[in-house]
This record gives sequence, C-alpha cells and structure tokens, in this order.
Amino acid sequence: MAVDLATTVKSDGARRRARAVRLSMADRVAIGLMLGIPALVVGALVWFPTIASIVLSFTNWDGIGGVGTAKWVGTQNYREIATIYPPFWPAVEHNAIWLAFLTFVATPFGLLLAYLLDKNMRGSRVYQSIFFLPVVLSLAIIGFIWQLIYSPTQGLINNLTGNASSGHVIDWLGNPKLNLWAILVAVGWRHAGYIMVLYLAGLKSIDPSLREAAAIDGAGEWHAFRTVVFPALRPINIVIVVVTVIEALRAFDIVYIVNRGRNGLELLSVLVTDNIIGEASRIGYGSAIAVILIMISIVPIVVFVWNSFQEADA
Amino acid sequence: MSDETPLTFEPDALAARQLSRRGLLAAAGAAGLAATVGGITAGRASGAVPSGSLEHLAGTVTFGSNASDPVPKAAYANVFKAFTKQTGTKVSINTVDHNTFQEQINTYLQGQPQDVFTWFAGYRMQFFAQKGLLSPIDDVWEGLKPLFPAGLQAASKGLDGHFYFVPIYNYPWAVFYRKSVFKAHGYKIPTTWDQLLTLAKKMKADGLTPIAFADKDGWPAMGTFDILNMRINGYAFHIRLMAGKEAWDSPKVKNVFTHWAELMPYYSDGALGLTWQEAAQQLIDKQAGMYLLGSFVGQQATKAADHADLDFFAFPEINPAHGQDSIDAPIDGFLMSKKAKNTAGAKQLLKYLGSSQAENIYLKTDSNDVAANRHASKAHYNALQKKSAALIAGTKNIAQYMDRDTRPDFASTVMIPSLQQFLNNPADINGLVSSIQKQKKSIFGS
Repeated sequence: MAVDLATTVKSDGARRRARAVRLSMADRVAIGLMLGIPALVVGALVWFPTIASIVLSFTNWDGIGGVGTAKWVGTQNYREIATIYPPFWPAVEHNAIWLAFLTFVATPFGLLLAYLLDKNMRGSRVYQSIFFLPVVLSLAIIGFIWQLIYSPTQGLINNLTGNASSGHVIDWLGNPKLNLWAILVAVGWRHAGYIMVLYLAGLKSIDPSLREAAAIDGAGEWHAFRTVVFPALRPINIVIVVVTVIEALRAFDIVYIVNRGRNGLELLSVLVTDNIIGEASRIGYGSAIAVILIMISIVPIVVFVWNSFQEADA
Repeated sequence: MSDETPLTFEPDALAARQLSRRGLLAAAGAAGLAATVGGITAGRASGAVPSGSLEHLAGTVTFGSNASDPVPKAAYANVFKAFTKQTGTKVSINTVDHNTFQEQINTYLQGQPQDVFTWFAGYRMQFFAQKGLLSPIDDVWEGLKPLFPAGLQAASKGLDGHFYFVPIYNYPWAVFYRKSVFKAHGYKIPTTWDQLLTLAKKMKADGLTPIAFADKDGWPAMGTFDILNMRINGYAFHIRLMAGKEAWDSPKVKNVFTHWAELMPYYSDGALGLTWQEAAQQLIDKQAGMYLLGSFVGQQATKAADHADLDFFAFPEINPAHGQDSIDAPIDGFLMSKKAKNTAGAKQLLKYLGSSQAENIYLKTDSNDVAANRHASKAHYNALQKKSAALIAGTKNIAQYMDRDTRPDFASTVMIPSLQQFLNNPADINGLVSSIQKQKKSIFGS
C-alpha cells in the first residue's frame, strides 16, 4: 500500500512526503491495525460462524463433546427437513405471510399515517407520539401486552364480547388458523409506527416548492402524491424495503413469548432455536435450517447492495 | 436452642458446628436463623433418621438451582443453612430461571457447572450420564439405600447401573376435582373408561366444562398421552415406546389416540391458547369439573378453603389387563457434575440432601410435593399430600413423564408439535403417527 502511494505521486515535494509515508513504521502499523482489526472482527463474528454453520449442517453433531464426535451425514439433514419435518413448510409459509403482511398492509399504513401527520393538522405531535410509542417497546413486551388482550378466558376481547362467560371463546392464540393473524396485528401496530417515523422524516425533507408547483399545475391530492411526492421519497423507500424484509426474516421474539413459536406460529428462526439452543441440541439439524435462512436472507441483501451501488454510480 | 443436643456428631464436628453457628449468627438475620432452627427441630421431633456419616469439612460447595420460584427457593435456602451449620461447609447457590436452566443444560454442563445441581430422574438424567457429563455417586448411596424404596433407587441409576441421582420429592399426576362440585351434583368417582365418558357427558349437560385442558405451552398434553398409553398398552410398552424401541405407527399407539379423541369434545374451549394456570383456574372457579394434571395444580388454589376442597382420583381403568397399575410421578432431585471442583464437599452435600432431615426442612415450605425419603416426617402433610403419598406408594409402576422418559430432542422437537397437531385435527390419526414414526427413526437412528 505504501509503495503504491509513493509511486503514483508526481511532484517532488509530494514525493518527499510520500517517501515519509512509506518509511513510517507507525503509519504502516496504523493502517495494518485499521484494516486488520475490522477484518478480524468480521472474520470472527460473521464469516467463521457462517462457514461453521454450513459445515455443521452436513453433520449430526449433538453439541456434547468436541466437534470431533460429529458424524458426517451429507445432505441428510436437508432431505429430512424438506420431507419429514412437519413444522418446516408452515414456517416458510408463515415467514412469507409475515413479509407480505408487512409489505402490503403495515408499511402502506405507516406511509398513510406519515402523510396525514405531515399535513400539520391540530394535535399531530400527540398522534405522532401515540403511533410511535410501540416502536420503543421490544417485540417481547408487545407479545406480553397483546396476550392480555387475546387470552381466551382472561383476555380483554373475549370478556368484552361476553364469550369468556359463555364458555365459547374465540381462541385468538391457540387456533392455528387465527393466531398468526392476531399476532400480525400486534406486529403491524409496531411496524406502522416505525415506518411512519421514517417516512415523516422523508416527507419533511421534500422541497415544498415541488408540491406547490404540482398544485399550481392543477394536480389533485392523489395525483400529486403518486407522481411528485412518492418518487421524491425514493431514497427512503429503499431503506423501508430493507427494514421491512429484515423485520420479516428476523421475527422471533413475539411468537416465542406467545407460545414458543408452535401450533400455527412456526417461523424459521424459531425452528433454528428449538433445535440448537434448547435441551434438544440437534446442532447439525438446526444448522441446516439456519443455512436455509441464510440463503433466503441473501436475496434481499444482494438486491439492496446492487441497488445502492447503482445509486452510487449514477 | 444451643442446649439441644446435636444428632450424631464426633466432638470435633460439634465444635465446628458451634463455630459455624457463630458465623451464621453474624451473617444471617435473626429471622433466617429462627427459620433454620425451626426446620431442624421439626426434623428431629419426628424421629428423623440421622445422617450419621457427615463430617466436618471446610470449604465451599457450589450449587446450581432451577428453583427460581419463591417457595422452593426459600426451602432450599433453609436446607443449606442447616447443612452449613452441621458440617461447616458453605454452599454457594446460583439460582437460574426454571425453564432457562433446563434449556441451557447442555452448555451448562460443558461449561463451568456448579458441583451439585437440581435435575430430574428418568432418561433425561441417564442421557447426560451416558454422555459422561455426570459423576457417579455409588459411595454416597452406600448410606442412602435404606432410606429409599426400591423404585426410587432404580430411578436414581444411570443406564450403566451406577447411581447418579439423589431424589428429594415427587408428585403424582391424577384427575383433580373439587369435592364440593362433585357433592352438589351427586357425581361419583369414575373407575372405568365408560364411567368417565358418562360422567363427562353428564357434566356437560349440567353446564360445566367436563375436563379442563390446556396446551399452549406444549408439554401439558404429554401427561394425557402417558396415562392413556399406560392404561391401554401397559407400563412396559410405554417405556419401550419412549426409549424408541417400539413403532409409533402401530395399531397400539393409534388406539391411544382414538381413545384420546373421544375425550376431546369434553375439553375446555380454546385449550391450545390456555396455560395450565388458566385451565386450573377454571377448576378452582367451578367452571370445569375435572383436570388431569400434576399435584402442582394446588399452587393455583391460593385460598386455603379452595385448596382444602381439592381432591383427586387415579385415572380410570381402560384395559383390565393393566388396571390402574401405573401413573406418572416425576421425581426431582440432585446430580453431581463431572467437572465438580469440590468433590468431597459435593458428595457430603448429596448425602445430606438424601437425609430425612433435609427432606423435612424442604417440605416444610413446599406443600404440593411428597417426600422421596421413606423416613421423612409426614406430620406436616395436608390431606392432598397424604393422598398423593398413598397413591404413589400403592401404584406398581411409576413413569417419569414423557419429557423425562424419552430423548430431550424427540420430546421437544417432535412430540410437542405432533400432540398440538393432534389436538387441532384429531381426525387424521394415521397421518399423525406415520409422521411421528418417520421423525422418531431419524432421531433415534442417529
């Protein structure tokens, strides 16, 4: 690196300085440290675990004794996950529904809230705080709160409707056809507030003259939003898409709090935890599910990186 | 209190006891001391068998505890105070949340485990013994053998025949009900399957939820499978099935699920969204008539009058060949880790924990369990405890509960989702058992 610097510099004075760079041990050490430490951290915290997971996913290691006790089983874990592991496909489906719900319901709703609050209507600060409040809570806490609302016999809804006393409750948490949607409402409650704040920041940064011009040209509210405001939000939109995808893939805490991610609330992240972290300790099997989750996660990451590089080039 | 003579101690041990008692006085508050002494006195008054071979040992034993609930936590604290007082050995307790402790057991035992820790009998203990993570304690058992019935001795051994486990208490799974409800409606205790179904039908007509049921947390449903399987196919088959030696898609297992499906119309509404506490509350509130659960159901009856109104009966007979000869009665107790640092102290502590004295101190604060030690005092037992002890003593075969009798990975990753699937869709028994069988082969085969 020092050599490159020295040879590319042309002027005499600069060369003298460049030579000084080349000779300085301290600078070389500094550069080495500045590159080396992050490289080490990334290697130890990202690449090593990733590659270890991939390798372990082809073994039957049970986490007891050294890795040496692991037996190589080839693609058996993957075959079994896809064929005889009942929670797997529901988990994939639930992750997909989660993503679709956030993308097509919660995110647009957050945008709507932001757009309305941006109008500077009376009390908009109060509303803003109310909608943003759930964002400061962790999803685990949100799980606790909504269980108080949904619980079959002691929950708010079933008691308000009188179902609890009649004994014919709506089983919001235990009915596998219902509980995912009940949980998604809770998740959407938080997600919409998050999206709202991001979009509010974006909307505030739009040059007011753009909207004035649109208004003078006679564009209606919807038309102006579609052709002027929304395109101007493009940089925010990319962030929003990434946030939404990440939220959908990393979803875990709320379902784990509600029923440990079983019975209609299976998610890939839960299956990984169930197999690896709990008493079960099927490290190889769980790693295989984790690798599948990595593969799925890589798609949006690649799209995002590719997109941002294009942006930088333009 | 210092006037009272100690149990059986050599002079130096006595001196040490005096010493440590002074240390204790300095460290603990007067209230804590009073509790300790109260416990000891109780043990002695009931003619406890002395744990004669305890010696004075300096140093500290570390103890990993899953007793995160206030009642057992306080109970253990009292036990250890008494132990320190007798032997001069200090106990350093590390209490971890109950469920967290269980989930982290693998990493815990391979990391820096405490010398002695709380755990369960059954395959769930034998598995770790087999993996070489526990220390055999045959020498501790030399003195303990006369104190425990044969069944409990057998449950304390690993698959290699060595002792690993010291039991402290167990509790039966049975059908709980409120005496007042049965009296008001004139219900009779069912002793056969048909009587049970008839009773359930009658309760439904009377506007009750016949059988409280909850399985949001996944494990409570295992108790119903266990008892049905033991009633229909017998204890021996049940244990072989749990050990992976029988096929899950056999007609025998299908028969269990067929019977279970007959009970389901009588279960609580929304059972898969309920915790056992919520279902127990239905029983306490007289909304539900019966509840098959462990005797810890009594924890939910916080009013003394409600607790006194609780009673239970053993699950009715289904197959006359097996009658009512088996129940689930899980045993809790202690193990010594392979990596124990203070082995002499740890063994001494285990010896003490096996004594009737420790047992008496423990059960004084915990009133839902039954002593494992046959010489423990039964003077403090409430009616439920007495009946529990009689049920356990009078039952030929004692199983440990599904998640203790089978492999942990099979119980948690296969059986919990499968039983929940069955509760959602009781019609597809064939699909269910063949799915379990395929996963069983994969897990037990590896």
